[in-house]
Amino acid sequence: MRMYSEKVMDHFRNPRNVGEIPDADGVGTVGNPVCGDVMAIYIKVKDDRIEDIKFKTFGCGAAIATSSMITELAKGETLEEAMKITRADVADELGGLPPIKMHCSNLAADAVHEAIKDYRKRRGEG
Amino acid sequence: MDYGAASPVDPRVLEAMMPYFSDSFGNPSSIHSRAFEAQSAMKTAREQVASLIGAQPGEIVFTSCATESNNLALIGGATRYRSRGSRIVVSNIEHISVLNACKELSKQGFEIKYVPVDRNGIIKLDVLEELVDDETVMVSIMAANGEIGTIQPIKEAAEIAHGHGALFHTDATAAAGKIPLGVEGGVDLMTVSSTNLYGPKGVGALYVGKGLRMRPLMIGGGQENGMRSGSENIPGIVGMGKAAELAEEEMEHEAVRLTRLRDGLIRGITEAVPESYLNGHPTKRLPNNANIRFSYVEGEALILSLDELGIQVSSGSACTSKTLEPSHVLLAIGLRHEEAHGSLVFTLGKGNREEHVEYVIGQMPVVVRRLRSMSPLTPEELR
Repeated sequence: MRMYSEKVMDHFRNPRNVGEIPDADGVGTVGNPVCGDVMAIYIKVKDDRIEDIKFKTFGCGAAIATSSMITELAKGETLEEAMKITRADVADELGGLPPIKMHCSNLAADAVHEAIKDYRKRRGEG
Repeated sequence: MDYGAASPVDPRVLEAMMPYFSDSFGNPSSIHSRAFEAQSAMKTAREQVASLIGAQPGEIVFTSCATESNNLALIGGATRYRSRGSRIVVSNIEHISVLNACKELSKQGFEIKYVPVDRNGIIKLDVLEELVDDETVMVSIMAANGEIGTIQPIKEAAEIAHGHGALFHTDATAAAGKIPLGVEGGVDLMTVSSTNLYGPKGVGALYVGKGLRMRPLMIGGGQENGMRSGSENIPGIVGMGKAAELAEEEMEHEAVRLTRLRDGLIRGITEAVPESYLNGHPTKRLPNNANIRFSYVEGEALILSLDELGIQVSSGSACTSKTLEPSHVLLAIGLRHEEAHGSLVFTLGKGNREEHVEYVIGQMPVVVRRLRSMSPLTPEELR
């Protein structure tokens, strides 16, 4: 199948940072099973930076690859920097996505933003 | 294992077609000797296709594909016989070319009624009985569904249609060459595809019962008894004829072989993978079709994973469709969206052997386990 770039396939085959963080400082979940995509992002925060990040995703190849890519982009970033990562950044880093996948399966950036909001809310900053 | 999407042309079919691209290139409408060769080849092809479905050669109209045949039957038939009534009754698991032809007809003032199917994908005959009335011009129920494999009771459906003077059309695209089909059972119109018979693409046929006429969709020189104008695709038609002949000869043996492989595949996968289930009827299904759903994972991710292992299949998932909607067939049998997303269609064919089935059964649990380990929907005990 050639609908995806080699980079997307690499992240699909060998996704980075899969899993859950049991004592996460923030969790962001987006999508729903009806649409075919559910992403959960878990973050550990230290000194205002994302120290650790993991994901779990139900969805198509693009959904899994974007989840994997966002964990690489966000890891080590400050929360402020991570809030600025866009869906387009994720798609660009993956060498592009098929147009039809840009909206439905490119939710990973939103999931990270939700996780950060969750963290801030827990700290009473939200 | 994706023969339902497209089948390779049988080498014997290709061989039969070859001369008609170059040496025997005549237009059957001319009157010289080359034209005669073309006429004679078309006559043979018409006989071969007719024989497969128990029809007379004069009742076969060649078209460009099954979609065109369905359009000609529905639109050409309903508009031609509009004076008989304006209601059309179809099942809700018909091919998109039937459903969209009905949408077009509804714009032209026809009233479309949809017959639901049960959990196994068999049409509800009692509901059909209620929906068909004396104002019904046509009933269209597919012979078998290409996605979930379910074989429909078309003889009973045709009786209901005829009881109210309606025409009965059946789309036999997925069924022809796989199971015995006879138009004697009361079918007025039947769609047959070439590619599903291991014939070439770009050709199809519509059986139009004796005495019936369709309003043509293509207007021109009056070929195909005035129902489908345009210079004939002679190599394609010859190929479809040969494919029909081979299908008729080999169907019985091949159906036994494929049914055994199919049942082995279904049993093997559903035993090896926890929370995997067969979609469609366990026995009233095409010999070559297995449709299995896997909880907590998505179909496109399954397809990509299997493709890496050299296994080609299809899915009813929204993520593999252009519309981002899951398969209307899977929703019609009552699956929830997330269940439809996790369904795979295996369609077996001539090239499949026991070892292929064994290989798929061996790989399936590995692929599903990997994706489930990533899925937030997977319950604890399956991780």
